[in-house]
Amino acid sequence: METEFTPLLSLLGGGLIGASAVLLMATHGRIAGISGILSRMLPPTSKDRSLPQGLIFIIGLLLAAPLWIAINGQAPLQTVSSNLPLLALAGVLVGFGSVWGNGCTSGHGVCGISRLSGRSIVATLTFMSTGFVAVLLLRHVFGS
Amino acid sequence: MKNFLTLISGLLFGFGLLLSGMADPAKVQNFLDVFGTWDPSLAFVMGGAIAVTMPGFWLVTRRNKPFFDDVFHLPSRTDLDARLITGAAIFGVGWGLGGFCPGPAITALPLAAEGSLVFVATMLTGMAASKYVLHRRDSRV
Repeated sequence: METEFTPLLSLLGGGLIGASAVLLMATHGRIAGISGILSRMLPPTSKDRSLPQGLIFIIGLLLAAPLWIAINGQAPLQTVSSNLPLLALAGVLVGFGSVWGNGCTSGHGVCGISRLSGRSIVATLTFMSTGFVAVLLLRHVFGS
Repeated sequence: MKNFLTLISGLLFGFGLLLSGMADPAKVQNFLDVFGTWDPSLAFVMGGAIAVTMPGFWLVTRRNKPFFDDVFHLPSRTDLDARLITGAAIFGVGWGLGGFCPGPAITALPLAAEGSLVFVATMLTGMAASKYVLHRRDSRV
């Protein structure tokens, strides 16, 4: 399934993501890593002062799409696979792997690389590579 | 003010994901599909994000402390361990298979596609499972 190459919008959207990360660092001194923010809310929980702020951040994320619809009058373009067992498996792997590897696309890929963290650069190259292989197998080896 | 700015951070992040097309799993999978319907947009998202974050972090961490906290909570580890690589590798497989990572999945949740709901439910389960295993492992030592 083809998608339109959108260099300008993607660059601009990336800039907004960056602005969000900088704002969170300036106000709370925290890395805008979504897997970290989410997983801190899950059991087994530890006493963490950042918890309520994390929840507010997630509420902001959840409000973005409704606000988008209010402004643009239509839902953002989206194609989600209807293969539910595949998405269930993908979810488990993403959840387990992001906590095990201390971060996801935002924590390692954006914030970590921006801090020139060697760990984050290695993590990003690793998940890009295995993601590439997963799509290759899914679409070109086992795919229709 | 504190809560308001945090809410704005979340909104900006979500809006950035929507504008950049990253809340669309097909676009993410197409970035990884170099030999198929390749769409390099994701590289521009990362480029745009890093172009703002890198100088931004440098600038704000020059202050003594953040506005609403006593210290900057920056990761200090520099060693590469098996856990980092294994975790990132597992994460990447799921990312490729579903086209979702945590930020876009949460942002896409209100659009209520069946697949997004299933993905977020099992993602949170996977996170809790990973935390549980790490917690048990660390408390045994």
